[in-house]
Amino acid sequence: MMDNDTGIIANLFREEFSKMVAVISKRYGLQHIETAEDLVSETFATAAESWKEGGLPPNPTAWLYTVAKQKTIHYFRRNRILADKVIPQWESKLEMAEEMAEVNFSTQQIKDSQLQMLFVVCNPAIASEAQIGLALRILCGFSIEEIAEAFFTNKETINKRLFRARERLRAEKIKMEFPPNSEINTRLDNALHIIYLLFNEGYYSKTKNQILREELCHEALRLGVLLIENESTNTPKTNALMALMCFHASRFSARQTSEEDFVLYEQQHACNWDKSLIRQGMYFLGRSAAGNEITSYHLEAKIASCHCTGTDTREKWEEVLQLYNQLLLINYSPAVALNRTYALYKADGRETALKEAKKLKLVNSHFYFALLGELYKGVGDKKAIENLRRAFSLAKTETERKIILKRMQT
Amino acid sequence: MKEFMFLFRLPFNTDESEVTPEKMQELGKKWNDWVGSIAAQGKVVNAGPRLESTGKVLKKSGVVTDGPFVEVHEMLGGFLRIKADNLEEATTLAHGCPAIDQGGSVEIRPVYEQH
Repeated sequence: MMDNDTGIIANLFREEFSKMVAVISKRYGLQHIETAEDLVSETFATAAESWKEGGLPPNPTAWLYTVAKQKTIHYFRRNRILADKVIPQWESKLEMAEEMAEVNFSTQQIKDSQLQMLFVVCNPAIASEAQIGLALRILCGFSIEEIAEAFFTNKETINKRLFRARERLRAEKIKMEFPPNSEINTRLDNALHIIYLLFNEGYYSKTKNQILREELCHEALRLGVLLIENESTNTPKTNALMALMCFHASRFSARQTSEEDFVLYEQQHACNWDKSLIRQGMYFLGRSAAGNEITSYHLEAKIASCHCTGTDTREKWEEVLQLYNQLLLINYSPAVALNRTYALYKADGRETALKEAKKLKLVNSHFYFALLGELYKGVGDKKAIENLRRAFSLAKTETERKIILKRMQT
Repeated sequence: MKEFMFLFRLPFNTDESEVTPEKMQELGKKWNDWVGSIAAQGKVVNAGPRLESTGKVLKKSGVVTDGPFVEVHEMLGGFLRIKADNLEEATTLAHGCPAIDQGGSVEIRPVYEQH
């Protein structure tokens, strides 16, 4: 088999693993989720071996579905789980053909199962750090190695987290089903939050693996689309989150080439931004402007859209400042406070911003001292250098230290 | 950290029809930036609703008076619930409140703590 084929299998794994696991878990119950993962992994192992000899089949996806189906049905027959425990209401002697029809990999079945799986993973009963791991594994088909790399930890830790999460699913007797209408709004909040975290994990990840980071963001977008395509979850806040992710994703390549991991956007080149993603972002942003709930996704998406227009006017920064003012009231974080102060600097000038910056006292953050360094420039050069030195000593990565050094020299 | 309530009192004599849209916008920015400044320090518990300048007052023996509230010099304009180490810090945070520029005041009151 050629290297190209290995790439094809890797892509298929990423695309199809989660779909098949969702459908099988839906059919046989979440208590068998690990079995579903094993069966699908086995299917890919069989595929790799068989395709090595006979070449790629004309329709690899259909091939995978058929083999996964056979393996699944054989497994549950062999273990008699099917007849005894899983679905006792079934007649014990079902024809193979009927069972084959039950493990149904139709487009609609896949969508429904994945959506339900998304709500399973977002169940508040599971600890949040395990939730993202589980989402990456079950919903996005990432390997344990990849998850460990994304989290900057080892395989063992991830395996333990996943094990505990699956235990919770069993202990809480969580079912694969769409949340009832009365709960949909709060459950949707959880789902959006997980997708948001997933995206950020990719966007701000500590790992240097560029492909992995982009794939994390891509998967978050794909899960968002799943919610958009379903009528009852296609809400203004879902659209707001989609807009936010599109805008951020549009800057992905620009961000990498400039090695600019700081919060400041001014040094990025707008011409490098992906125009089609910006257009999609604008579409979702338009659809988010309905109803009377303003979420942090709305505000963050609007801020991102301001940055995407590329112009650097006082008016733009005034708008950004007011959006940050609102965002702080909904969702305070040190990062938002720092960004707000930077917007204040661009809108109302150095002096006003410096006065406000001094009040923040975020003494553990290198971003804070980097900002102070920037604000003192020209008005107190000694203080500027002093603050940049503190930023340097607190910086967490080599890239950050490099950027701070560069600022000290200009 | 203790919680405090800021009560904004505004002079009620301002005739809103005389205020230009630009003035309104400027005033809006002042308020938003001031609240934003406290929020950036992580010290806002929650922003209370802004109150309209109309309403009614109910008194003993069921007397109802319509607003504007002629018997008072200042009317309640809104609330902000914040946290601070003590009353002194809370008072420092209240400095720069646009209500003061508008000829009004900020009342700073500790929120009663249940033990």
